[in-house]
Amino acid sequence: MLYRETSQFKTTYAEDMAIFPIRQDRIALGVLLGIAFIGLPLLATFHIWPFGGDYLLWAILLPFLILALAAIGTNILVGYCGQISLGSGAFMAIGAYSAYKLATGVHIPLAWLGFAISIPPLPILASILLGGLAAAGVGILFGIPSLRIKGLYLAVATLAAQFFFDWVFLRVPWFTNYAPSGSVNAPELNFFGVVVQTPIERYLLCLTFVTVTAILAKNLVRGNLGRQWMAIRDMDIAAELIGIRPLYAKLTAFAVSSFIVGVAGALWAFVYLGSWEPLAFSLDRSLDLLFMVIIGGLGSIMGSFVGAAFILIVPIMLNLIPTELGVPLSTETITHLQLIIFGSLICYLLIKEPRGFARLISIGKEKLRLWPFPY
Amino acid sequence: MIALGQFLEVLIGGLMSGVLYSLVALGFVLIFKASGVFNYAQGAMVLLAGLALVRALDLLIAQGFPFWAAIVLGIGFAAAIMATTAWLIERLVIGPLVNQDALTLFMSTIGVTFVLEGAAEMIFGSDVYPLRLFPTDAWFVFEGLFPGGILINKLDVWGALIAGILVAGLALFFQHTKTGRALRAVADDHLAAHSVGIPISWIWFVVWLVAGLVALVAATVWGTKLGVQFSITFLALKALPVLIIGGLTSIPGAIAGGLIVGAGEKIAEVFLGPSIGGGIEYWFAYVLALAVLLVRPQGLFGERIIERI
Amino acid sequence: MRAPDTNEVLLQVEGVALAFGGVRALRDVSFNIRKGEIRAIIGPNGAGKTSMLNVINGFYHPDHGAITFKGRTRARMQPFEAARGGIARTFQNVALFKGMSALDNIMAGRTLKVRRGLLWQMLRYGPALAEEVEHRHRVEEIIDFLEIEAIRKVPVARLPYGLQKRVELGRALAMEPDLLLLDEPMAGMNLEEKEDMSRFIIDVNNHYGTTIALIEHDMAVVMDLSHRVAVLDHGVKIADGTPDEVKRNQAVIDAYLGVAH
Repeated sequence: MLYRETSQFKTTYAEDMAIFPIRQDRIALGVLLGIAFIGLPLLATFHIWPFGGDYLLWAILLPFLILALAAIGTNILVGYCGQISLGSGAFMAIGAYSAYKLATGVHIPLAWLGFAISIPPLPILASILLGGLAAAGVGILFGIPSLRIKGLYLAVATLAAQFFFDWVFLRVPWFTNYAPSGSVNAPELNFFGVVVQTPIERYLLCLTFVTVTAILAKNLVRGNLGRQWMAIRDMDIAAELIGIRPLYAKLTAFAVSSFIVGVAGALWAFVYLGSWEPLAFSLDRSLDLLFMVIIGGLGSIMGSFVGAAFILIVPIMLNLIPTELGVPLSTETITHLQLIIFGSLICYLLIKEPRGFARLISIGKEKLRLWPFPY
Repeated sequence: MIALGQFLEVLIGGLMSGVLYSLVALGFVLIFKASGVFNYAQGAMVLLAGLALVRALDLLIAQGFPFWAAIVLGIGFAAAIMATTAWLIERLVIGPLVNQDALTLFMSTIGVTFVLEGAAEMIFGSDVYPLRLFPTDAWFVFEGLFPGGILINKLDVWGALIAGILVAGLALFFQHTKTGRALRAVADDHLAAHSVGIPISWIWFVVWLVAGLVALVAATVWGTKLGVQFSITFLALKALPVLIIGGLTSIPGAIAGGLIVGAGEKIAEVFLGPSIGGGIEYWFAYVLALAVLLVRPQGLFGERIIERI
Repeated sequence: MRAPDTNEVLLQVEGVALAFGGVRALRDVSFNIRKGEIRAIIGPNGAGKTSMLNVINGFYHPDHGAITFKGRTRARMQPFEAARGGIARTFQNVALFKGMSALDNIMAGRTLKVRRGLLWQMLRYGPALAEEVEHRHRVEEIIDFLEIEAIRKVPVARLPYGLQKRVELGRALAMEPDLLLLDEPMAGMNLEEKEDMSRFIIDVNNHYGTTIALIEHDMAVVMDLSHRVAVLDHGVKIADGTPDEVKRNQAVIDAYLGVAH
């Protein structure tokens, strides 16, 4: 009886167009945000279960938030605009390395012109956001082929981005400030005088990024631009005939998606990894992101969170459960099992429920609204 | 001035390794033509076939079988594995997804890739397994013409030979068998083919089986060259740009694309690589494919597509 | 039916020819569409009717000839330019955005009228929200007009065919077009649905004053609805005139009414 919308009449279109038109959903979201922003940090500060150590924050919540952010970005391109991308990892890398360069100062000697371009080290927030912008720029560049080629061809174009930037960051020492090992250390995370250091602070930082991005992204996808993206995805020819310019729709999708993925990449490098190598953003990362989006739900912001959580939790469970049962698995077996589980799940969901777990959840909610009388 | 001899040597070496890309690309084209599926899993199929073969060989030889018997049995075993795989894929994935859009099918083959990679390594192990089916030493030719002659790997020649036989065999199969003709009908229009009584799921099984056997052939050559190991899947991935360059639906295109990529990346690596840091081979094929896409989206040998509404 | 008051020509098709390889889909076709009329284009299967519509809204580029729309002549243009010029279109096989609700489909038709850009839409606050609400008002009027209030939030893929056709009409109307092209709006409908659709077409014409060009197979419908009829056969225009004139035309009877059907 709790989940009812009786007597919740909407008297304006604005109310009908709210993110969560049903009051119970709004309350639930409020509670969730309250727990995330206040509850968890309090528990963690006082080391109350399950926050005995920092494990939960470091190993689960932090990567969850950042990957969810990257998944939102990927979902905008793949789920909403229908442009397949196997290069999200590369765009994370572009975000990370651009932010790194900007935060440590850019120096481009142009000897033959007799001068050099020098930008002093920028504040960390500006670096991260500009890193996202750099990714957006490259995203637009690699989106241009999407105007002439469709679907599968684009998969190869984005693979080109993936392999090319893998190589660039590995082989062009300028990007790593000539670090002999090729590994890069994040600059100090100083936000307007506040230095982010402890796991709780890092968690809150990422949570803020994710919350703001999720809201803005949700606004976009339910506005006119979102409808343009989905129109291109569902039937590009009809979209064009109602006045949607494929150029604008596709390139904005590439730009917004790459921006978010780029910011996620910068956070992944600066806040989660601390020091990293190009390997952190390989093709495997791209495929992981694609899987999160398919499993969570193509064309669903909420699904991006569900997918990220799932991809993170499965390997942990594969480690934990057999160990608890007294038959610990080797790391190799876990990796293989994980591949098999993800692969079969992808196939299963594509066949049974192409819109992923998010769709299953909304079907569940639909049933709950009518429960116990389904008619 | 670059020595002509060196250039020729690089070119020949490149063309020969291009043949290997063509071998994998052939599998892609077969499946794409017959079912419109862009099969990301072709690389995983090469890995699976290679692992099945090499592990069976090791086991049989350890059991004291003579070498030729081990090879026959081993190939039979690997072929059986590929047949089972083809059957399962048709039954569980491609069959239920009939009439879905190309993107969904493509993503499902990424799922299949993961399952195949996980299962193959879990069952057959995940080390590097050397395979010795073909000679791996080299000839030196034209020693009179160029100082030191030109080096040609015997294995590469074997690879080219096998690829040639394979293409000829496939051509015969398509032109002169009932299944082959049915296959071409399905490729043209699977609904129409279905309505004249061609059993679609059987045809798709055959296609995946043939692609699996092509993967097995590719695995024997590559396994001999590099040992059977996981990184084969990355090399196999290069068949994707090869296809884009050659055109998705064209068997000659797959061959030509493979040769272009093979020769191009070797030449770029040797003559351009040192000046920009090396490792160009890693991305050359993809960036070349991107360039081709921008100029000629249907590929060098593909057919132009007319859109209808 | 009462003919429109004005003789002003909205669209002039002049000597248009189009070929696909060896197939000549259209040969030297000329006709015009007057402002405010309902103009039918009929002909047997393969006569080139849909190709003609595709040429008009820029999806195909004619090999020869020119199109003059609202006084501007052009040989080539992109589909979205046609849309911007005020040409809307429905399709023979419903071309809705399958993953979206009926409401979102029609809202998508408002794209050209949206003024606020990416950043405003992202904030969805103040003027951006006000604009969104205003478009929603316009769309709700169309929804009322087409009597599809009950299904506005249903994903269109789940709707029956007749309703999908109606949503598609709604999407075209949301563009507030000057010229509405309807490609077999009644194909596959039962009698009752056809009557509904005819009523909507007449109402659109009367109520909004929209000029309509339609392709239709059902002769009774065409003769009742339209002011003037052009007949195509094998890519050639064989007759043009009022429904009565066309009905009496011997070439038409041979090509279409008598022989083919």
